[in-house]
Amino acid sequence: MAAAGQELTPTSYISHHLTNRTISLGDGPFWTLHLDTFLTALVLAVIGFGFLWWVVRGATSGIPNKRQAFVEMLFDFVDDQVKGIFHGNRAFVAPLALTVFVWVLLMNAMDFIPVDIAAAFTEYALHQHEWKPVPTSDVNTTFALALSVFALMIFYNLKVKGIGGWIHELFCSPFGTNILLWPLNFLFNLVEYVSKPLSHSLRLYGNIYAGEIIFMLLWMWAATGLVGQLAGGVLALGWAIFHILIVALQAYIFMMLTVVYMAMAHESH
Amino acid sequence: MNLNVTLVAQVVTFFVFVFFCAKFVWPPMIKAIEARQKQIADGLSAAEEGKKSLENASKQADEAIAQARARASEIVAQAEKRVSQMIEDAKTAAKTEGEREKAAAKSEIEQEVSRAKETLRTQVATLAVAGAEKILKREVDAKAHADILADVQKQL
Repeated sequence: MAAAGQELTPTSYISHHLTNRTISLGDGPFWTLHLDTFLTALVLAVIGFGFLWWVVRGATSGIPNKRQAFVEMLFDFVDDQVKGIFHGNRAFVAPLALTVFVWVLLMNAMDFIPVDIAAAFTEYALHQHEWKPVPTSDVNTTFALALSVFALMIFYNLKVKGIGGWIHELFCSPFGTNILLWPLNFLFNLVEYVSKPLSHSLRLYGNIYAGEIIFMLLWMWAATGLVGQLAGGVLALGWAIFHILIVALQAYIFMMLTVVYMAMAHESH
Repeated sequence: MNLNVTLVAQVVTFFVFVFFCAKFVWPPMIKAIEARQKQIADGLSAAEEGKKSLENASKQADEAIAQARARASEIVAQAEKRVSQMIEDAKTAAKTEGEREKAAAKSEIEQEVSRAKETLRTQVATLAVAGAEKILKREVDAKAHADILADVQKQL
């Protein structure tokens, strides 16, 4: 969906689909807001959690209807996963896991919509020339989630172990309480604490972003002629089927890591 | 890949929805699920109890039937005993009655016989007296010879 008068090259095609719609909220590059990421994620969250809320409001402890049974299946699934890892009061951690799972799944699932169909919608219905439809292929989203989880992790570390207990853990685990081991322990923990949010966010971002790129490369091949159409179509079908797995799997992994980090924050060594 | 205020916006969105989920979505659903689990558990235990009491009841019923059967056969046995007793009694009674009647008839017959003998004796005495009168050609005073007549009668 290149603008009129602009020549369509592979570079312009890809960069067009990967350019965010931005608005500036103030001076400096930091105050740029990715309107597409923010709004798409918000709309998906409103739809997803609005649906859950709507079903839950009419929930009965008697015989559930199909809608409620579906939602209960989701709740049971999340609750079982959390129960297996997190041993404690699940009143906050389970809904946290549910929120992460549902939101990430919905945002990833935007990848199912072929980019050019999504672009046609945003171009002609919303009159937005640039609109990146998958919020999780924006590193801001994945970092936001990972850092939120990281902040909760720090919060629970302090809440459960106290500041003294947490500092003790930072210096005395995993190798031992010997004073000579303190620097080594701290270095180890530092690396761990830095790597947690990084791997947490970049895993999701990389998977979804790469998925999009591969789709775009296949669509470009499909634009080159009959052979490209057939080959690109077949390969894109295969990749789309595989992508169903990636979308669900990445949402699941993101949720599980969230729960694992919460559980680690609650356990003292 | 540039980090900017979008990150902050997404963090805010995330926490808003986490709060929303933890406050309005998760608790009622889990409450409903747990209430149902409790209902099912209660129902299962009630069913278990019902099964047990049914078992008890059928055991009691079996016992009652067995008792009734035993009692019935006892009653039948008693009745049979009583019947044979009654038959026996009736037989005995009939036998005694027969004996008694037989004895009565016998004594009557004997009385008849003795009466007939008496009559015969009297008549024979009269006949003898008449004969003797005829033989002696004189009247024998019956009154005067009453002792003789009686003696004769006795000898008959």
